[in-house]
Amino acid sequence: MRISRIAAAAGGVAVAAALVLSGCSSDNGGNGGGSASSGVVNVAWSEPENPLIPANTNEVNGGQVLNNMFAGLVYYKADGSWDYDAAESIESEDYKTWTVKLKADQKFSDGTPVNAESFVNAWQWAAADPELLNQWWFIDAIAFEGGTYDGGENTLALEVIDETTFTVELAEPRADFPVALGYTVFFPLPEVFFEDPEAFGEAPIGNGPYKLGEDGWVHGESLHLVPNETYNGPRKAQNGGLNFKVYATLDAAYADLLSDNVDIVDSVPTSALATFKDDLGDRAVEQASAVFQSFTIQPTLEGFAYDEEGKLRRAAISHAINRAEITEVIFQGTRTPAEDFTSPVIAGFDPEAVEGSEVMEFDPEKAKELWAQADAIRPWSGTFQLAYNADGGHQEWVDATVNSIKNVLGIDAVGLPYPDFAGLRTEVNDRTIKSAFRTGWQFDFPSAANILGALYVTGSGSNDADYSNPEFDKLFRAGLAAIDQDEQSDLFNQSQKYLFEDLPAIPLWYGSVTAGYSTLVDNVEFGWDSWPILHEITKG
Amino acid sequence: MIWYIVRRLLQGIPVFFGSTFIIFTMVFAMPGNPVLRMFGDRTPSPQQIAALEEKFHLDQPFLSRYFLYLGDVLQGDLGTTYAGQSVNEILARTFPTTLRLALLAVLIQLIIGVLAGLISGLRKGGIFDNATLLITLVIISMPVFVFAFVAQWIFGINLGWFRPTVGAGAPWSDLILPAIVLAGLNMAYVVRLTRASVIETNQNDFVRMAYGKGLSRGRVIPVHVLRNSMIPVTTNLAADFGILIVGATVTEGIFNVPGVGNELFKAINRHDTPEIVSIVTILVIVYVLVNIAIDLLYGVLDPRIRYVK
Amino acid sequence: MSSKNPVRTAPHFVAEVDEGGLGAVDAVRVSDRKSNLWLDAWRDLRSRWMFWVSAVVIAFIVFVAFFPGVFTDVPPNSNCILSIQNEQQAEEFGLPIGTRVSDHGPIPGHPLGFTKQGCDVFSRIVHGTSTSLSVGVIVTVLVAFMGIVIGAFAGYFGGWIDSLLMRLGDIFFAIPYILAAVVIMSMFLHDRNIWVISLAIGFFSWPSTARILRSEVLRVRNLDYVMASEAIGLSKVRTMFTHVLPNSIAPVIIISTVGLAGAITAEATLSFLGVGLPNNLFMSWGNDISAAQTSLRTAPFTLIYPSIALSITVLAFIMLGETVRDALDPKARATR
Repeated sequence: MRISRIAAAAGGVAVAAALVLSGCSSDNGGNGGGSASSGVVNVAWSEPENPLIPANTNEVNGGQVLNNMFAGLVYYKADGSWDYDAAESIESEDYKTWTVKLKADQKFSDGTPVNAESFVNAWQWAAADPELLNQWWFIDAIAFEGGTYDGGENTLALEVIDETTFTVELAEPRADFPVALGYTVFFPLPEVFFEDPEAFGEAPIGNGPYKLGEDGWVHGESLHLVPNETYNGPRKAQNGGLNFKVYATLDAAYADLLSDNVDIVDSVPTSALATFKDDLGDRAVEQASAVFQSFTIQPTLEGFAYDEEGKLRRAAISHAINRAEITEVIFQGTRTPAEDFTSPVIAGFDPEAVEGSEVMEFDPEKAKELWAQADAIRPWSGTFQLAYNADGGHQEWVDATVNSIKNVLGIDAVGLPYPDFAGLRTEVNDRTIKSAFRTGWQFDFPSAANILGALYVTGSGSNDADYSNPEFDKLFRAGLAAIDQDEQSDLFNQSQKYLFEDLPAIPLWYGSVTAGYSTLVDNVEFGWDSWPILHEITKG
Repeated sequence: MIWYIVRRLLQGIPVFFGSTFIIFTMVFAMPGNPVLRMFGDRTPSPQQIAALEEKFHLDQPFLSRYFLYLGDVLQGDLGTTYAGQSVNEILARTFPTTLRLALLAVLIQLIIGVLAGLISGLRKGGIFDNATLLITLVIISMPVFVFAFVAQWIFGINLGWFRPTVGAGAPWSDLILPAIVLAGLNMAYVVRLTRASVIETNQNDFVRMAYGKGLSRGRVIPVHVLRNSMIPVTTNLAADFGILIVGATVTEGIFNVPGVGNELFKAINRHDTPEIVSIVTILVIVYVLVNIAIDLLYGVLDPRIRYVK
Repeated sequence: MSSKNPVRTAPHFVAEVDEGGLGAVDAVRVSDRKSNLWLDAWRDLRSRWMFWVSAVVIAFIVFVAFFPGVFTDVPPNSNCILSIQNEQQAEEFGLPIGTRVSDHGPIPGHPLGFTKQGCDVFSRIVHGTSTSLSVGVIVTVLVAFMGIVIGAFAGYFGGWIDSLLMRLGDIFFAIPYILAAVVIMSMFLHDRNIWVISLAIGFFSWPSTARILRSEVLRVRNLDYVMASEAIGLSKVRTMFTHVLPNSIAPVIIISTVGLAGAITAEATLSFLGVGLPNNLFMSWGNDISAAQTSLRTAPFTLIYPSIALSITVLAFIMLGETVRDALDPKARATR
């Protein structure tokens, strides 16, 4: 889960500044292509929360920069499909042991070669340190020498074969392993990193389409990237560089977009959702994104255990939410009511193939009936509360959702704002929370395995609802190991039947990219991950 | 006088320890584990939680955390944020902007407020007097964010006189609109104080004398009336300056000003103990120093006040 | 104080502290036994239109706070619907099926239209009155109490007590209210109510009141009757409560009316910053104003109406404070 900008940033207020930077720069950075432009693209951005180290970056701001500074083994295209970037091939016979071959003659921007060790050393380093925010990726995916992670010294089951070849042994067979390899955490690191990781985090050296510009990262103001002439992969920069400008609020960024002071704003503020298409015309972008919104009810909440009563109540609540109305009125149609537990931009998305999703239809009669049945088992008393963090802009939809529940079921239902995110997550983590709470998932890589595996498999890391259903687990694991993409999607879709029966989380809607770009840029496209594909943009 | 200053400055030492302790206690009292926030909606493993808590000393008892922090501060190091940035650098970056904003706001109050107060005082009970009173009262009766939004909407977006938000490098021209908003909050008091002391001064013998000597209004008002009316206004403005440099969270946020108030709000949302405690402590110290300066200013402006040893 | 009354000034054994009009306070009247500071102030107040306007407005607001049902029978927080979904709702609202109620303008029975959540704006304003007013009153009492006690001790005892309390005041005053609010609101997360938010606003606001009271006490302490009281053997504490405090309290009353206004706006600002009262449990103007931010461009009235209610209330208290200040401050009266 990447921490989205909205979840991480303070609702209305936070810090910002921006650095003076002319719209055009003469620095062409040695672009070879004839279609390349020379303008520097200004991108609205917030200050990353952590140093720019791939294994320690789990939010979008740092992720976006790293994604343009590094080339992983694979990269994702706009539609969510993947292709090789630094790798020449990634192959396996049994889907457990994978052989990665790198393209020859690749270099980091400091001139040192990109070889098998660049990847293996980076991964070993990241897996060994639980202080790193992304360490869990390796623990979840890759086998360790001698089996599983012992919490200490043991290393990943990686083996360098030659200069450009290494093997990876997985914990369990996974046919879609190459898909995950485009995620930030799997980027290679140059030797200089290991000498001083701290300094590297301030001024990373990568092997991607861009490198740090002369001004570099000016904290609180901007981060400047210029094209990296040593990069020879498929994502060649088509502009004269990227200037990430820090904004405190989306409103501020949007105001600058209207006056062409910034070129790319990847998220339009709520206050402009109703008007941004008129403001921007064909420069407004609205498309589905890989964000799944829901709320979760822990089984410890009275009346909501995974028993007969709890299932009835969960289903009743789900039927009582008018998702179509809320997405239309509150989000101005920029969200789409959920039809399954994944996302429309994820391969294999097919609501028709998912059984049981009718529990998400708005049906006041059915909702009342199910609630009454649950009351017959044990009467309900009290208030249905839905907790959210007040600093994340969730108040409107939470209020609308609880109003919908209240109007249909005739029970007291209220939104419960937590002043900050840490307070909310602590109670969720300690299982002390006494209410339902908002949950969301932004996909790390374009596969249903990402969300299903992290949230609903027995004992998995982010299973906040303590969900455990052997039938679901079985189908999920079978899907993970399925060789054929269609077969995998089929199994994942089947597995969701159990999720709809038990509703460990109540799906709400899918997110959308609501973005815009200035009159100065062309070729703007947003990827499956809601990110603008920055290297393709032309300007000037 | 010297003794007075020395004594006040010496009092700064317990203020420093007291404020760090109080603020540290407050941050400590905030429920919620900052480590969990770093992972968003994902739940980290117990090993990760333990490792990060150890890294940030969150696993230690209150007092040892406090003394660990204090040890760093006494060596001139205001600490490092959880994100690994130096708090010294953050303050060096944000404080000058807040300082400029505060200066501008005070300047606007001085020019507009004193002028309006002077006219009101000279023509008390007139239309201008009553209108000024009403306008300034209406402004302070609005919550600051409403006033800020209205100002931004009218002057920034509709009329386009100013940039709606502060742009690159926070140039002075961009700071004018937020400064006007901040100035508006205290404007009522400046106008009232100026008006009252102009009325009072006007009745003094030396003013009548000046007129009696045949001096023109154009000379009497600036030289005799205004100068002698400035004592309470100046101290009020100095006090307001003290409040403004502590950072105006809401205004800075709405206008995207990269100042201290904004940075602090972010730090509070992150539960970033070292950052919060350091920033607030610096603010307390700055505030105390400004207060000492204000007290001294009283003495300079009004010779009737004498300092006790 | 009218100049017609003969005034006997008590002989001073110490240098007069204040050479201006404030010295009139320690003047003792012999002829008119009914005349004192408070009575004079009342006489003065009675003759001012600003006093009567603000008093009537405040009385009305208090009435609304106590009896919201008199003004509206629309529930403020239930039956909020985003759009007309069925026949029954269509009939109830007199709008065709499919109409958005969210941010809808006025219709019969709903004179100020609807919020984004489809709640009645007028009803929410009426029912929000008591929250805003209660927060104002509780904060004012809290701040006045803390300020008076701390200021009185600091001023009367002086020395290290004074230094300690005043420096503590500096610290408290310089602590940003947003930090205080987040800390207090999170500590009482599951029992947030008007008392808690009043504590969050008021607990760190006493220093200015304390400072003002302290300087008044410093002035009064040196007056003759205080010295006399100590001379005849009354304890310091007793003297403070019987003689010093009653004669120092006027400026606190002035600052309190303005402070009450400030507390009401502070509640709104905390809502804006996301650390106010839970908006579904408490109707408050601050919550409504801050929730209306996102409709500023499409339905500005959702923001304007509660803002007007808040501004009128605050303005009434500020005007009251102005008139009371003028009435209580003999210096201001003399020069009016």
